[in-house]
Amino acid sequence: MSDAKGLKSWLTTTDHKRIGLLYFWTAFVFFLIGGLEALVIRAQLAQPNGHVVSAETFNQLFTMHGTTMVFLALMPLSAAFFNYIIPLQIGARDVAFPRLNAFSYWVFLLGGLLLNASWLVGPLFHAGVLNVAPDGGWFGYANLTERQFSPGPNIDFWQLGLQILGISSLAAGFNFIVTILNLRAPGMTMMRLPVFTWMTLVTQFIIITAFPVITVALVFLMFDRLFGTHFYLASAGGTPILWQHLFWLFGHPEVYILILPAMGVVSEVLPTFARKPLFGYPVVVYSGVLIGLMGWGVWSHHMFAVGLGPIADSAFAATSMLIAIPTGVKIFNWIGTLWGGDIRGTTALHFAVGFVAMFIIGGLSGVSHASPPADLQQTDTYYVVAHFHYVLFGGTVLGLFAGIYYWWPKMTGRLLNEPLGKWHFWLQFVGMNLAFFPMHFIGLLGMPRRVYTYSSELGLGTLNLVSTVGAFLIAVSILVFLLNAWRSARYGQVAPNDPWGGATLEWSIPSPPPVYNFSVIPTVTSRLPRWKTEHHEPMRDPPATPPAPIHLPAGSWWPLVAACGLPVMALSVLTRTLWLVFLGAAILLFAIYRWAYEPVEV
Amino acid sequence: MTRCRRWLTTAALALAGCAGPFPQSTLHPRSDYGRAIDHLFTDIFWWAVVVFVIVETLLLIALIRFRHREGRPAPKPLHGHTALEIGWTLAPAVILVLVAVPTVRTIFATAGDAPPDALKVEVIGHQWWWEYKYPSLGIVTANEMHVPVGKPVQVSITSADVIHSFWAPALGGKRDATPGHITRIAFRADSVGNYSGQCAEFCGQSHANMRLRVLVDAEAAFETWVKTEQAGPAAPAPASPAEAGKAVYSRSACLACHTIKGISPGVIGPDLTHFGSRTTIAAGVFPNDSADLARWIADAPALKPGSLMPRMQPPLSDAEIAALVAYLQSLK
Repeated sequence: MSDAKGLKSWLTTTDHKRIGLLYFWTAFVFFLIGGLEALVIRAQLAQPNGHVVSAETFNQLFTMHGTTMVFLALMPLSAAFFNYIIPLQIGARDVAFPRLNAFSYWVFLLGGLLLNASWLVGPLFHAGVLNVAPDGGWFGYANLTERQFSPGPNIDFWQLGLQILGISSLAAGFNFIVTILNLRAPGMTMMRLPVFTWMTLVTQFIIITAFPVITVALVFLMFDRLFGTHFYLASAGGTPILWQHLFWLFGHPEVYILILPAMGVVSEVLPTFARKPLFGYPVVVYSGVLIGLMGWGVWSHHMFAVGLGPIADSAFAATSMLIAIPTGVKIFNWIGTLWGGDIRGTTALHFAVGFVAMFIIGGLSGVSHASPPADLQQTDTYYVVAHFHYVLFGGTVLGLFAGIYYWWPKMTGRLLNEPLGKWHFWLQFVGMNLAFFPMHFIGLLGMPRRVYTYSSELGLGTLNLVSTVGAFLIAVSILVFLLNAWRSARYGQVAPNDPWGGATLEWSIPSPPPVYNFSVIPTVTSRLPRWKTEHHEPMRDPPATPPAPIHLPAGSWWPLVAACGLPVMALSVLTRTLWLVFLGAAILLFAIYRWAYEPVEV
Repeated sequence: MTRCRRWLTTAALALAGCAGPFPQSTLHPRSDYGRAIDHLFTDIFWWAVVVFVIVETLLLIALIRFRHREGRPAPKPLHGHTALEIGWTLAPAVILVLVAVPTVRTIFATAGDAPPDALKVEVIGHQWWWEYKYPSLGIVTANEMHVPVGKPVQVSITSADVIHSFWAPALGGKRDATPGHITRIAFRADSVGNYSGQCAEFCGQSHANMRLRVLVDAEAAFETWVKTEQAGPAAPAPASPAEAGKAVYSRSACLACHTIKGISPGVIGPDLTHFGSRTTIAAGVFPNDSADLARWIADAPALKPGSLMPRMQPPLSDAEIAALVAYLQSLK
């Protein structure tokens, strides 16, 4: 990384590695906030008729827990790896549009702050603290979110925050597509791309196609709430079911946005520690592409209880079941990768294997609600909560932790402690199974989701208590990770270029990489450039110092300034103050203008 | 099938460390509709168990057998195997066909069409209570639905405000109550009982307090219930506390929202004409006893956050509330 220090060097940075670190720590803080929200939820539900929080607060907690984990924690944690690792894996000096990359980050940060500010700013809206956070669920079903039923600013915080975050995701999506397609080192053909880079590419295509859909849905909602249109109002000829179609047309591809990067991480970690190439590379790549495409044809399986009719239900059941095939194929290929290997049980491998083991459970329960009649007993119960936590926690979170343990030395220049890492893994593994496995039973035995209280007559107090204990065990495991991270920064062993014997380009350069990444851009002749295979000798790593000076662009203030225009416009809607929207737009346009004419040479 | 249910329930019991019962369980169906879903889920469950055991076992074998040992030669750089790839693409496809066929069959069998002579019940979701209308019988009631055992029932579901979801697990799957739309379920209950359920779609502040009961009656009991419901409200005995309560009711805000046939025409809250015959109050949240009813009348939002029934302003005196309770409970 660049040696420049001080606040300014971070505020103006366009270095993908610094932006990656900013994404990582910001997303991790949001992950902690979302986790705290989950702990309060679990404390409330530990016993029937709990009184830890009020109904009003509980509804805000589960809304913000879901919204935070999806948009502010898991997506940007993946983005941290896109930023830091993708240019290194394809042999590039930076992303295609470094300033746009900085813009994506600042928009994400400000969108996240706007959403979370809603916890505290109640008094500005003549309400109490903890009164105006979003409370319509992460799925924000109309018409509950319309002004008639949600008159406060709660839903406005939500829809504005998501619109802003969508801009961040879209900008990053285009950036990474261009980066991966255009900045590959010589010889890095598409079928030599590391699988993490491939899955990132698929993810970005899903992002740039899915986010416009939710943006349209949110603009409709904003117009309904602000200007009295009636897209979602049955009483005026609209229909709340339109929202459901639009939301899930985005929402299901979003699931793959969350899981594909983690699948990519696992496809890097397993071969490295099994010392074997990924089994069935082309099949893993194609199945990822297929999942990305098929993810567009399954949205109504979130709507089986809506009553779309037996033909639509049958069609969406069929497509939803089909998507299990490429997913299953990936799992078999991961097991095929381990089979015959020389498996070193590092912490990263523990998490990657944990991902495979837990994702299987989430996938199988998923098949049970791809079947509409069965789903009619399961949807909107804790059974579904169990299912998607096996996918998104057992899958995405374990997968991302595999990536954290794997790439931490590359990103920080220091190793994490392995014994502590294994404590972290086992606590988290046991914790998540205690927290989420009983939820299958809680749901099948009749407890709906999103309830702030339940009757002792349901007989579910003990199961819920077990689940709560598990949630707190997960929290302990995260503390162990934070301890490990702190210890690594203070006393951690200095990482060599390649602590693991990795096959891909990022391991050929120092940890952390210098600001220019590669002293000489490598020429790639194999899918596993740093490994010896039957027909291929390992590449020679680039020299420690560049043979010729490397010119890099200077930083820029304009991405940050441009990003600041967006929350100002959002404030205009929140406070119903017209002139603010013009001020925000002026900031945005002025910054884009200065950005466009910024001198390239400095 | 039964074995699976027993297995699941036993496992749950073992985890729960208690003996149930689980009144809202989806695993104890008591209607044709519920049983059809249960059969299907049981099939899928066992397929899932088989796949789970096979795949996790393979994973464990790989981890144990190929763990790192000093001196082991470097692994062969195996890149793939076409026959294996085809095999593990086809195997899940075959299993999914075996799941999909009964799924589609069950979808059409449970599409919600009851025979034309079925008892028709209209369900209307409100924030946060259920209204039931029996158009052919001229009955309107709330939160506790009565149906006869062994007779087909056609339920059509809609909403007066936001989206709710009508769910009585023992009798079958849920269907959303969406304003402007009508969804349907059909079932034939096979045993007499008092089955609990609740709203399954998040519908605002007191979503958790939008519960319901379905009382499956023997035929004679159902006939009696119908007769009672069709009659007007019971007249309180002269000079009884109930009669005083009727006077309180008639001069207070109650009548703006509630219907008592012949006395008040309000349609915002539940119909109270036969309130005394219901076993619960506040949409199945509290038992219909004097103490709870008195607390409810005095300050409903304190018991049910966001309740549209406001705190009485000016407050009723304790004597007035006691009289109201006596009156409402006399409305058998």
